[in-house]
Amino acid sequence: MHWTAPHFDMCTGVVATVTSQKSPRKDPGPSAPARRRPKLPGVLLKFVMAVSGAFLLLYLVLHMVGNLKIFFGGPALDAYAAWLRTLLEPAVPYEGVLWFVRVVLSVSVIAHIWSAVLLTLRARSARPVKYAGGNHKVKGSYAARTMRWGGVIIALFVVYHLLDLTTGTLNPNGVHLQVYDNVAADFAPSRWYVTLFYVLAVVAVGLHVRHGLWSGLQTLGASNNRRERPLKIFSAVFAVVLTVGFLAVPLAVTFGVV
Amino acid sequence: MTDAHTTTPVNYSDYETGEPVVDKAGPSGPIETRWERRQFGVKLVNPANKRSKKIIVVGSGLAGGAASATLGEAGYQVSTFCYQDSPRRAHSIAAQGGINAAKNYRNDGDSVYRLFYDTVKGGDFRARESNVHRLAEISRNIIDQCVAQGVPFAREYGGLLDTRSFGGVQVSRTFYARGQTGQQLLLGAYQALERQIHAGTVTMFPRHEMLELIVVDGRARGIVTRDMISGEVETHLADAVVLASGGYGNVFYLSTNAKGCNVTASWRAHRKGALFANPCFTQIHPTCIPVSGDHQSKLTLMSESLRNDGRVWVPKQLGDDRGPNEIPHDERDYFLERKYPAFGNLVPRDIASRAAKEVCDEKRGVGPSGLGVYLDFDDAIQRLGRPAVEAKYGNLFEMYERITGEDPYKVPMRIFPAVHYTMGGLWVDYDLQSTIPGLYVAGEANFSDHGANRLGASALMQGLADGYFVLPNTIGDYIATNNLDPVPDDAPEVLEARRSVDDRVETLLSINGTRTVDSFHRELGQIMWDYCGMERTEEGLRKALDLIPELRREFWNNVKVPGTGAELNQSLEKAGRVADFFELAELMCLDALHRNESCGGHFRGESQTPDGEAARDDDNFGYAAAWEFTGRGQAPVLHKEELEFEYVHPTQRSYK
Amino acid sequence: MKLNLKVWRQRDSVDKGRMVNYEVDADEDMSFLEMLDVLNEKLILAGDEPVAFDHDCREGICGACSMVIDGQPHGPQKATTTCQLHMRHYSDGDSIVVEPFRAGAFPVIKDLVVDRGAFDKVIQAGGYVSVNTGSAPDAHATPVSKVAADRSFAAANCIGCGACVAACPNGSASLFLGAKLTHLGEMPQGQPERYERVVNMVETHDDAGFGGCTNTGACATACPKEIPLDVISQLNRDYLKATVAGRRNRG
Repeated sequence: MHWTAPHFDMCTGVVATVTSQKSPRKDPGPSAPARRRPKLPGVLLKFVMAVSGAFLLLYLVLHMVGNLKIFFGGPALDAYAAWLRTLLEPAVPYEGVLWFVRVVLSVSVIAHIWSAVLLTLRARSARPVKYAGGNHKVKGSYAARTMRWGGVIIALFVVYHLLDLTTGTLNPNGVHLQVYDNVAADFAPSRWYVTLFYVLAVVAVGLHVRHGLWSGLQTLGASNNRRERPLKIFSAVFAVVLTVGFLAVPLAVTFGVV
Repeated sequence: MTDAHTTTPVNYSDYETGEPVVDKAGPSGPIETRWERRQFGVKLVNPANKRSKKIIVVGSGLAGGAASATLGEAGYQVSTFCYQDSPRRAHSIAAQGGINAAKNYRNDGDSVYRLFYDTVKGGDFRARESNVHRLAEISRNIIDQCVAQGVPFAREYGGLLDTRSFGGVQVSRTFYARGQTGQQLLLGAYQALERQIHAGTVTMFPRHEMLELIVVDGRARGIVTRDMISGEVETHLADAVVLASGGYGNVFYLSTNAKGCNVTASWRAHRKGALFANPCFTQIHPTCIPVSGDHQSKLTLMSESLRNDGRVWVPKQLGDDRGPNEIPHDERDYFLERKYPAFGNLVPRDIASRAAKEVCDEKRGVGPSGLGVYLDFDDAIQRLGRPAVEAKYGNLFEMYERITGEDPYKVPMRIFPAVHYTMGGLWVDYDLQSTIPGLYVAGEANFSDHGANRLGASALMQGLADGYFVLPNTIGDYIATNNLDPVPDDAPEVLEARRSVDDRVETLLSINGTRTVDSFHRELGQIMWDYCGMERTEEGLRKALDLIPELRREFWNNVKVPGTGAELNQSLEKAGRVADFFELAELMCLDALHRNESCGGHFRGESQTPDGEAARDDDNFGYAAAWEFTGRGQAPVLHKEELEFEYVHPTQRSYK
Repeated sequence: MKLNLKVWRQRDSVDKGRMVNYEVDADEDMSFLEMLDVLNEKLILAGDEPVAFDHDCREGICGACSMVIDGQPHGPQKATTTCQLHMRHYSDGDSIVVEPFRAGAFPVIKDLVVDRGAFDKVIQAGGYVSVNTGSAPDAHATPVSKVAADRSFAAANCIGCGACVAACPNGSASLFLGAKLTHLGEMPQGQPERYERVVNMVETHDDAGFGGCTNTGACATACPKEIPLDVISQLNRDYLKATVAGRRNRG
């Protein structure tokens, strides 16, 4: 678990930066000068979102695989955490690979949120009035419709997750590199509400990925008439596998399987 | 209008015959080279001068859109007007079947001459040979042009264009894009137009309706329009005016035309001196969905191609109210196959329509109103299998089901004829110039190419021929040879035209009667359908000529138009159009009354062969009838253009 | 059948507008627009102003009709424009909410009438093949595979009604844009300008105030002509090739 943490340390900082930059950014962003200077094309913003999303998704897969080490026992997990830090030594310094990954992820997160904010603001002005007859829902589009709020919830979760399992600040055990103990303490049956929160957050991630993966493929032009359905199914299956993989650890701990 | 309440009690049908009208622009000599020679004879406009010449185009369909784009490319300053919110919505978009072209890609014996021959014959020898031959020549260029624009015509597996035979023609010369050929061709013209708008050569005025023509020193110099959003009445001046404002089928209220289609632009020009030719030549299409009730606002065409596999029938027995599937085959009257064994269900439109009317008149019609006949696919489904029928007609069947709620795979379709196209229109010479110098008329708005009956897939061909190739060439001659001084904005003719529009709008708004515009339009339409529809008789036409002026007077005294002129006011728009339809309706009935022969879409009860077929009278009516306006409700003056047939000799059509 | 209508009434583009309730007697064979005609006749005779709405061909091809019925552009029937929607799909006592298309780029002009001029602007930016009249080679000079022609046609089927924009939670016109790019992009005639076209049209699309696509698919669901969603993928692909891969400058 701890592998995530350092990165999200960075990430928290980054998220904070974006927030603080929000007001100065707002002006050069979508609304004011857009009339005079050509806008940053929406399609380009979508590419930024798709590519950054792709990095984040790749990371999630590795993260999930790492998490599952817990099923090989506590020592296996702790050893894996240590290995991550010594990876490619001595070619790169201690934690070198880890920091590289953290930087890439941070940039991706900034880009992902930045493009999302710009596109959301544009969407607001492009579609300012709601329908009194109700907004009709496209079948199976729950994930698509919850991308924005889902994204915000995930971002908040990530902050908590970093403080919990990376810095250990909010973790009942909170000892660096004692990954297994930290996790075990975190999801102890008495702390069922933490588990529940994690479950909800992971489901949110799953929904986000379900639409995000398909959407990204479409944005990058991978879809066509024949491929559309297979790609949607692939995205859904991918999202389910990822969700199950992430849910396995907290649930296993809470229900005493590991 | 100033003359709104003052119709003089002169008998409208006592028309006089004036001087013949002659096409002076058309060259004589061998027909194959007439167009080439005319093009060479056209004086050219210096390219530098074109930039200072203004041309107004009214209408943005195939003819107007194509003409605007082409004139823009040539360098003229073009202003284009349409009543729709975008030029892409002009009603050319609804044409389904296809477009003819004498490409002979099939090697089935087609040629320019054969297309020319078929069109003159199909038009029942009431079209001008020179124009039709030019149309056939140009048909080939149109296909090239449209393909270059990226129009997605149907193709074969080898990548070449597919064609089909259409409308009872023996060669396969109709190019198509599924059932949406009009849409695809219009979008091609629309895109070419938008390109010129982007280039700044064309200024587009959507949601603008032309309400008057400005004539200065006998020449067309501009138009008065109403901005349909702000209600502002504007004048636009130019060196020449092109009307491409479509046909007038909506005089019948119910037709396959779009709701907005109207005669106002043509009629205003007619009132200012342009002759109106052959107004009674209307085409009634046999395969439309029948009327379902009084609320009906328009009729929907089902492609003619359905008759390739569908069989038309009614019950043999009078008052047979069994469901169609309960009536055994030997108790069905396949009346087209019975009467016309050679062509069967594929007889031309006018004949199929009239046959359907006959059986309905005998009270053997089907459906709730009794105005309908079955079009049955039972045999086709058994012979070809449902999948094959689905592949061919699936989208049409869906459309039918959407509108009627009946599944045509299980229950035969019900169809009935409906007004579809008007062959008549403003009289034009070979150059497409009307009798007002500087006023050009293109597409369905003119009368020139289809005679008394239009063949399937020829309307698109004519609209594009006029717009892309004819008009842009011939209009230059007028501009090059006439010294056109600018007209000041406050010239008396300009102010007068503007004032007449203001007055008319004000009058319509101030009547504040008790009947809606639509109720008048419906009643007018019913009169026209009953007495000037598929079959016309002297008695009926005289009756219509009594009823129409009566209704018109009531209109001007009792119509209710809510709202003001300074806003989007759809009732006001309709009122102005219906007011003009009243005057046109009278002329149509008179034209039908005077033409005591049956030809093409015009069938006079008094003029039939012993076995009930149309009898043409070439000796007495071998002319185009061009009418001159003399005042509302006053007898017009008839000017005849004698038609000469040097190449295609008149014969009686027979489909037996 | 008796119906309760809630119709958006707005005098002009400045007016704030409001919902107004009407009762109308309809027949099941009527089209939705004919039902509104009946309402309007009633309103006129009662001395009220009729409801303004855009309509023209009434056979589902011109793309003029533009209203949102119970939250759905063109109403609940799949692949059907408002003018082809028939009242037999409703029953006595139903309430129906009728509103104009809502999008920043489609300002309301009056009642249910909106200004869709932005679509024309997008086409002006490059939605054509630059070929002057008379300069065309023979139609058979360039064969086009049937597959490409069919796919091109499926996209060219677009009637420019704007339902895609009205349905899109982001007010994006990507389906409209993608349809035109696919129509021309599939044809050999459209190739010389292909990459220039996508860049210019996308720029104009954004400037006109349309939002960005989030691939919800609402547009394709609302489209009365069933333009496939993959035209947006083609738009994205062409844009990537034009900009990132630099095809635009190489022609």
